[in-house]
Amino acid sequence: MSAAVARVVRRRRSRGLFLPVGATLLAAFLLIALLGNVIAPYDPNAQDLLAILDPPSAAHWFGTDEIGRDILSRVIVGTRITLAIAGASVLFAGAAGIFLGLIAGHSRGAADRVITVSLDLLMTVPSLVLAIAVVSAIGANAEGLITAITISFVPSLARLVRARVLELRELDYIEAARAIGMRQPRILLRHILPNAASVIVIELSLMAGQAVLVGTALGFLGLGVQPPAPEWGAMLGASREFLEVAPHVAVVPGLAVSLLVFAFNLFGDGLRDWLDPTATP
Amino acid sequence: MLRLLAWRLALIPLTVLGVVTILFVIFRSVPGDEATMIAGATATQAEIDVVRNQLGLDRPLPVQYAGHIVRLLHGDLGYSATFRGNPMPRILERVPATLLLTASAIALTVAAGIPAGILAAAFQHRWPDFAVSTGVVALLAVPNFWLGMMLIALFSVQLHWLPSLGLTGPASLVMPTIALSARLIALVGRLVRGIVIEEQRKDYVRTAYAKGLARPRVLYRHVLRNALIPIVTVLGLQTGYLLGGSVVIERLFDWPGIGDLLLTAVGLRDYTLVQGITVLFVIGFLLINLLTELLYRLINPRLR
Repeated sequence: MSAAVARVVRRRRSRGLFLPVGATLLAAFLLIALLGNVIAPYDPNAQDLLAILDPPSAAHWFGTDEIGRDILSRVIVGTRITLAIAGASVLFAGAAGIFLGLIAGHSRGAADRVITVSLDLLMTVPSLVLAIAVVSAIGANAEGLITAITISFVPSLARLVRARVLELRELDYIEAARAIGMRQPRILLRHILPNAASVIVIELSLMAGQAVLVGTALGFLGLGVQPPAPEWGAMLGASREFLEVAPHVAVVPGLAVSLLVFAFNLFGDGLRDWLDPTATP
Repeated sequence: MLRLLAWRLALIPLTVLGVVTILFVIFRSVPGDEATMIAGATATQAEIDVVRNQLGLDRPLPVQYAGHIVRLLHGDLGYSATFRGNPMPRILERVPATLLLTASAIALTVAAGIPAGILAAAFQHRWPDFAVSTGVVALLAVPNFWLGMMLIALFSVQLHWLPSLGLTGPASLVMPTIALSARLIALVGRLVRGIVIEEQRKDYVRTAYAKGLARPRVLYRHVLRNALIPIVTVLGLQTGYLLGGSVVIERLFDWPGIGDLLLTAVGLRDYTLVQGITVLFVIGFLLINLLTELLYRLINPRLR
């Protein structure tokens, strides 16, 4: 076995772990999200004014916050909020991105130009700034948050789908489908979309991690899900004031965000290695 | 080169006009009456009507739009309730702080990301590589504002080494810069590692070693040159992150930049200010992209 082959094999072996580890972590998060209230040791909103800003102890593993709520319970119950927001925005962005990308790639005419130009315009607004502007127009709540994240993700996704459509439509088998009289919408859905699917799925799973980062950042700024909901970003935003006296309040929600983003990144990278072996890491 | 520059500069006003139009549509379809908000909670209906008339909000939308564009051309963003007038000067006085933060973030990215990537590649599959690769994975998952909070907890609260709020001197720049550039450092580090590992096997590298050059010299003088173009590409693609991230970091560190002002404007529902600052971010985005392209042509002779 030559050195080059050994290198590739070694890389495959270590990167081969990405997908199972990422999937396991995500499954664990999903389970916590589903069971939230059942497995949380305390009511996430129950105040204990005798235990304000308590450091970690046997009773409260991760300590308590500024009004004596159990941080572990809040992080557990908050998993559902963060996962739901990330999942919903990625699904909506996926649907809109696929739709616009297919139309733009398929029509190549005026519709393509209108879609491409408006998406390019949206892409000149930094996505977090765009999300902040949208939230300020719609309102700081879960719906506003999902809309904001969706809008900031659609342009790059639609561009990706469009590029893939343009690339695929020149291939022989598409021409063959056209030659036997298949209609365009059917060609798009039956022949082009399935071949674009892997690229889209990889992009969406990597976007889910970004959605978690944007969602919690907006929560941190007070522009996301409002207190007293145990949203991780909002918890971090509230803990900023107590950083001087009780830094432990900020540790666990931040670790939860990082671990979830890590899981999505790992899953997306693993998916790319699995579905698209030619891509450079 | 000059023609390209002129062409790109000419496109910027067009793009800005497009974004201004999109923002106008979004913010005119916001529920709630702007005149009522500006007049204040205690205003009577007559007072609200006066405000509405003064701001031209009772005219048809196309007329309002045309007026908006004409005023913009004169540098007037509209009536900001926060500053009781055109907020432009108040926005511009905040620009230098944001420029300082983003520029130092880019500087730190280059200064830390490139050596980290080269180190990892030079010691491939040994512990420096492992350490750098772990750091990359961690930094790509950690939210920048949380990293900033942990830095404050450590260096301000525990050690009292660095100030945690405001722009008070060179020391106050350290933590915001690290928090903002962490993600970029990780991206550049990973990129440089990959390129160096790839390039090391090429003939020109063997030739350089054969003529007796030392390893650091080969890596920095010959290999790194081929990594410059992808680095500029990646940094260019991250402009949106850099500008958006600066908003959060500015709020966390009470940094007197335009991102902090944007959040204040959102809190006060001052839509004129929100639109003005968003447009400024877009102009910043376009200028950085233009700069990236120029840099591209400078370092890639094939494009000249």
